[in-house]
Amino acid sequence: MPVIHIDGRAFAVEAGGNLLETCLSLGMDLPYFCWHPAMGSIGACRQCAVVQFRDENDEHGRMVMSCMTPVTDGARFSLSGERAARFRKTVVEGLMLNHPHDCPVCAEGGECHLQDMTVMTGHRDRVYRGLKNTHRNQYLGPLVHHEMNRCITCYRCTRFYVDYAGGTDLAAQASHDHVYFGRQTDGVLQSEFAGNLVEVCPTGVFTDRTLVYDYTRKWDLQSAPSVCAGCAVGCNTIPGERYGRLKRVHNRFNAAVNGYFLCDRGRYGAGFVNSERRLLYPGLRNAEGRYDALDHRAALQHLQRACSGARLAGIGSPRASVEANFLLRELVGADHFAPGFSTRQQALVELALRLRRDSRAALPDIRGIESADAVLVLGEDVTNTAPRIALALRQSVRNEAFALAAELQLQPWQDEAVRTLAQDRRSPLYIAAVGDTPLDDVAAARVSLAPDDIARLGLAVAASVAGAPAAHEGERTPALAAQIAAALTAAQRPLVVSGTGSGSGAVMEAAAQVSEALCAAGKAAMLCLALPEANAMGQALLCGPGALDLAGLTARAASGDIDTLIVLENDLYRRGPRAEIEGLLAACRHVIVLDGMDNATTSAATLALPAASHIESEGTLVSLEGRAQRHYPVFQPPAERYPGWMWLLACMKELERTEVRELQHFDDIIRACAARIPALAGITAAAPDHHYRNAGVRVPRQPHRYSGRTAMHADLSVHEPQQPVDEESPLAFSMEGLNRDQPGALLPFVWTPGWNSNQGVFKFETAVGGPLRGGTAGARLFEPGAGVTATAAFAPFAAQPGTWQLVPRQRIFGSDELSALSPGICELVQPGYLELCAADAASLGVGSGDGVTVGDDLATLEVRVNDTLVPGCAGYAEGHAGTANLAPLARVSLRRAPQWQRHSAQLIGSDGGGGHV
Amino acid sequence: MNSATADLDRPLTRNVRPDRAPTDMAAYEANGGYRGLRRAIGELSPADCLQIIEDSKLRGRGGAGFPTGMKWSFVPMQDVSPGPKYLICNADEMEPGTFKDRLLLECDPHQLLEGMICAAYTIQADIAYIFIRAEYHRAARLLREAIAACRDKGYLGNDILGSGYSLSIHVHASAGRYICGEETALINALEGKRAIPRAKPPFPQVSGLWGRPTIVNNVETLCNVHHIIERGADWFRSLGRTADAGTKLYGVSGRVKNPGCWELPIGTPVREIIEDCAGGMERGYRLRGFLPGGGSTDFLTPEHLDLAMDYDTIGKAGSRMGTGTMIILDDKTCPVAFVGNLMAFFAQESCGFCTPCRNGLPWSSQVLQDIEHGRGQPVDMDTLERQVEFSGTIGNTHCALAPGAMEPLASALKYFREDFQRHIDERRCPWCDGGRG
Amino acid sequence: MWTGDCVSDLIPTLSEQELAAIDAEIAHLPYRAAAAIDALKIVQAHRGWVSDDSLRAIASHLRMSADELDGIATFYNLVYRRPVGEQVILLCNSISCWIKGCDKLQQTIGERLGVGFGETTADRRFTLLPVPCLGACDKAPVMLVGEELHENVSGELLQQLFGAPAQEGS
Ligand SMILES: Cc1cc2nc3c(=O)[nH]c(=O)nc-3n(C[C@H](O)[C@H](O)[C@H](O)COP(=O)(O)O)c2cc1C
Ligand code: SF4
Ligand code: FES
Repeated sequence: MPVIHIDGRAFAVEAGGNLLETCLSLGMDLPYFCWHPAMGSIGACRQCAVVQFRDENDEHGRMVMSCMTPVTDGARFSLSGERAARFRKTVVEGLMLNHPHDCPVCAEGGECHLQDMTVMTGHRDRVYRGLKNTHRNQYLGPLVHHEMNRCITCYRCTRFYVDYAGGTDLAAQASHDHVYFGRQTDGVLQSEFAGNLVEVCPTGVFTDRTLVYDYTRKWDLQSAPSVCAGCAVGCNTIPGERYGRLKRVHNRFNAAVNGYFLCDRGRYGAGFVNSERRLLYPGLRNAEGRYDALDHRAALQHLQRACSGARLAGIGSPRASVEANFLLRELVGADHFAPGFSTRQQALVELALRLRRDSRAALPDIRGIESADAVLVLGEDVTNTAPRIALALRQSVRNEAFALAAELQLQPWQDEAVRTLAQDRRSPLYIAAVGDTPLDDVAAARVSLAPDDIARLGLAVAASVAGAPAAHEGERTPALAAQIAAALTAAQRPLVVSGTGSGSGAVMEAAAQVSEALCAAGKAAMLCLALPEANAMGQALLCGPGALDLAGLTARAASGDIDTLIVLENDLYRRGPRAEIEGLLAACRHVIVLDGMDNATTSAATLALPAASHIESEGTLVSLEGRAQRHYPVFQPPAERYPGWMWLLACMKELERTEVRELQHFDDIIRACAARIPALAGITAAAPDHHYRNAGVRVPRQPHRYSGRTAMHADLSVHEPQQPVDEESPLAFSMEGLNRDQPGALLPFVWTPGWNSNQGVFKFETAVGGPLRGGTAGARLFEPGAGVTATAAFAPFAAQPGTWQLVPRQRIFGSDELSALSPGICELVQPGYLELCAADAASLGVGSGDGVTVGDDLATLEVRVNDTLVPGCAGYAEGHAGTANLAPLARVSLRRAPQWQRHSAQLIGSDGGGGHV
Repeated sequence: MNSATADLDRPLTRNVRPDRAPTDMAAYEANGGYRGLRRAIGELSPADCLQIIEDSKLRGRGGAGFPTGMKWSFVPMQDVSPGPKYLICNADEMEPGTFKDRLLLECDPHQLLEGMICAAYTIQADIAYIFIRAEYHRAARLLREAIAACRDKGYLGNDILGSGYSLSIHVHASAGRYICGEETALINALEGKRAIPRAKPPFPQVSGLWGRPTIVNNVETLCNVHHIIERGADWFRSLGRTADAGTKLYGVSGRVKNPGCWELPIGTPVREIIEDCAGGMERGYRLRGFLPGGGSTDFLTPEHLDLAMDYDTIGKAGSRMGTGTMIILDDKTCPVAFVGNLMAFFAQESCGFCTPCRNGLPWSSQVLQDIEHGRGQPVDMDTLERQVEFSGTIGNTHCALAPGAMEPLASALKYFREDFQRHIDERRCPWCDGGRG
Repeated sequence: MWTGDCVSDLIPTLSEQELAAIDAEIAHLPYRAAAAIDALKIVQAHRGWVSDDSLRAIASHLRMSADELDGIATFYNLVYRRPVGEQVILLCNSISCWIKGCDKLQQTIGERLGVGFGETTADRRFTLLPVPCLGACDKAPVMLVGEELHENVSGELLQQLFGAPAQEGS
């Protein structure tokens, strides 16, 4: 370890870092703007200046930028010296020349890094008398707000947007003190990760548009550690609330899961929580088919009546917590519980779990994915099914650059130099998918293949890795298979990515075979399988293989075997053909639906119970990495809206079920679940239980400066409301407590003296970019297994004239149910559509914008000609309006829909809810 | 003086005719052209050539005076990673008051090409570029014609003169911006990007154009190369009048009788250049000071007239020889307005990357305008001093533009402080509006 | 990108000549986008300036985003993103020309043509722009009209180029 001297003190420090991150890791307050822990240094802002001395006799020294200065043994620096301090102060003074000083009306105010640095450097008096430059702002879409006058030209936005996330529609424009960051013309930012600009920008140029119009300062937000429910990656989040409304979601650093970044589905996709369509009171359907509102006591009595002595069945939800699903399964009995996937999806998820548990290949976290030096993506459009992982894959291709840089003794954080050196040389990333994907731009090669052929390609790669001749009979891509195999074999840490997204089990099996072959060849291979929905993995672990599926349950209902069906947080109309779901619901005497949203399923309920969302409740979700993670209520849900687990526990108590006699608290359920379900035994370790205290006190949900607590509701009542008491977690609905060094799972917000913005997160990390001091949140539930068995060969895809194979195509905005209902995102969701290659479209006599009817009136959708699609395959926008009847890989006929007209705006999913409010 | 010795004394301008008509291939060869090239490629190895250049003590004529041979020696010759190497001629001449490269480009394009081919051969470059400023239309056209002539002659292209060495030269005309002259910004411009300077290290010699080893040299520097190779390092060293080697193009502009540009032995005293070559001050004007080497060098004053114009002497006097083209400040021109003109230029030409330059220069420029127009306040002197330190200290900024921009201001505050103070005290410019008498 | 909508905007096109000239540049560059500045200048040479449509056409030919290309176009002084007159007058306003009275020159030209810096004459014949040091300081003041450099610019020369002074400009 090199020893460096800072202001006369010696420190043994990590080799290979730059001085700025080293100082921050040592806990020092050194101001900066352009450096970013995940994006490295460019030396633009000059804010991090320190003086470096040649040796102990050098009294003058020279100014260096700490972010650009490697730490070397014996190096001597001064941070606090007069000259450097004066320079840093003048840098802020310079940055403020054109800054509008509009803090009172700026959405960044109170969590502004520029404010913090201004205070830190001591700049106070304004000498400059000139005019300020002003800019025109752009409309950048419904998610991100643009206020260019506040810009301090640190280049972080374009470095994130373009260099890190691969976006192309944001750029630095003009020069000298007119530099402008924006698009060529107004328009919606196209990157799936645009929302990170809000956190990356150190001042108020880019702010959450959804927050700007429903605004609260950070210091007035109540927040809690949460987990994104947008997909199975399980990114850690910090949602903030005020006045019972979710205001915004920020990233919660987790070195293993999401680092510093979220995708836009995650950042903006929880807004549905504030929806008018959410249920507040239980509703009992009356004779006219309308709903009477009840309180929870009355509702529980109805529940008790509907359940006692009845033949029960339950449908859980892959987006609801482990605990709620567990309780429902206990209530109805494992044999009568379906996890809530579509029938087809359930088989795929079960297969994914089996493969992932059996495979010898390492189960990578995000650092593992970023470290991959060769990647094969089979069948999965990762950007749209597991977006944060796609962002990590984008970083993985840079490993080639880092290797080249190492030859010249360049460190990875020398960002511009490394990029310049590498130009377009990238570590190999191969993609085989049914059509184009947003990662194609960094792929060494991509092919469009039908799912069966993707699987065959995978097997050919596996065979080639194993040294067998790659050319299978009738193989479409023998050369490519050999090329991929060579790249993977040449790598140190090859990674295979696949998942349920292609709708094909064969594709995942082939992916597992490739990683298996690499392991057999002695490689430290990794296998990552993407899953649908936030708790799909948890459901698969809870239910085990061969669980009752929707088809089985529907059959039972049809034969009159179910009296009472309880549906947990699941709009069944998204899980199967409408007619089937209608039949299922009609066949049960009582349909009890626990859900937060007014949707087609709640509209079919005989009793509807309002369930709290993940933002308003505690629960455990298991990510695709098999990581159990806990989320906590950010605020207490209003009226008679309670967490699913609470409803179910109360119901079981009402039914006097013995297994819950001892259970009181949420922790009790976790423990019961861990005890009952061996596969979930590890969930207790996901986070501390409710007894945990941080140095004797709770962890606060409100920052010290939380204001107006006693006056917030004075318009309604002048009596000071009692603060809610949290009996279920170590968090307090209060500003009293200690937010420091607690376990990572309990980080409710990032604030530390002098660092009001999220930049202060380094004070919670062991070292810059390292794990949180209290440990990385979450617990892995399983580790790789002994190996997957060989898979039989698959027949090649054969296009049949007149029929098409339906292949699912996902969209970050639209394929997921709840995020698509959130403000901002809902403006970006498009109606369902069907993609066809040009030849196929021509053969049907249709072009983009025309309508096409699928099968025997399964759906009528807008055509999009996409020539990257395989002939004979029709890609449908999964999860979008009008596609619920379509099943992946089904062979269907297509015909032109002559009367079809483009819908201007359609709600996705099962539109037209019932009469609740 | 017969023409042969004149040629030996003034190698760079020997083909320059009074009417400034370009020297074509025939005339160039007739006067001994492409002999250096023949010698380099025919008789010497790249290592030999490098040795000669190192021995010659040639220093870069682009402004910083970095030893050329040393710069070339950083190019990895046994580069293991695949890909070409590049030579770039910096013909972006945009430094205010600098007009020497234009002369070489327009009057003797073949001289530059010959120098470049020899330089490229030495570092074994595969492709060479001439990065020429947009406004030099005539020079660009002449260069393109000269390149075509060289290709016809076999001086360029595949297997030059049967040596097995191949080189192509492309002319890239810029789209305007002073910062393109900074070598790493130039490389970005050549890559078709915004001309933002790059962080160093890595230096272009190891990671330059498209991440490949690249040498950037000034026009005048390159024009010397084949002469040195042809006539030897000793000859070149003997040309200088002081420790520095070779000749130098010196220029004088401003209120002198005979503004112009002349090739003289390096180390010629300032007085000789101003008085003998430029004919002294125009009638009615007195010399108050001069910028010795372009708009980003510190003022010197009449007391410095007897200094030798070489890198070290001028450096010791507190300025830089820079490009060797002097700008004269006369007694009828307001020094505040003079510096203000330069500062406005630099502020405008900042690339906008780093804070001290992007924000510091416009701020200084604004203060100078205020002072010049009688709106100055006592605090402004302090502001200017602070700005000089803020943007003018090497290391404070990402590249050398801002420190260069601050040199005239810093030295004006030193030598002409009372003029600044008078502006503030009298709330007007003592010269007149516009600052010129 | 999530709106990879196939119903894309109509991309304006470049002329055969422009394409040929741009492709010639691309031919000796390792990346298409590296020809960005050349391409902007080529199109400008044909059209006088680079309109938004031209910009998009170039970007699509170079397979880069218009946003990135505009970042490049707006960086350089001599890429005109607004229409200019048939001839652009680049008047040097750097130090040596300033000493020799370029301010007065600008005023004279301005009065004669009725334009200030950055403006185009009503008849669209001339646009007057300042330019940094033209590298002819010994012949100050100088200006570039089109591709022609004019040294030691004098009253007679202005008369020659722009005609007699306007009536009121006595
Ligand atoms: C702002 C700035 C502008 C420059 N402009 C030029 C220029 O126009 N021509 C030039 O040859 N060098 C210029 N230089 C110097 C170059 O960066 C580089 O040092 C030079 O081209 C190297 O050539 P030499 O070693 O032959 O002198 C400039 C430097 C800076 C910082
Ligand atoms: S000093 Fe900074 S802003 Fe100025 S030109 Fe150099 S890099 Fe650009
Ligand atoms: S953080 Fe070091 S220069 Fe910006």
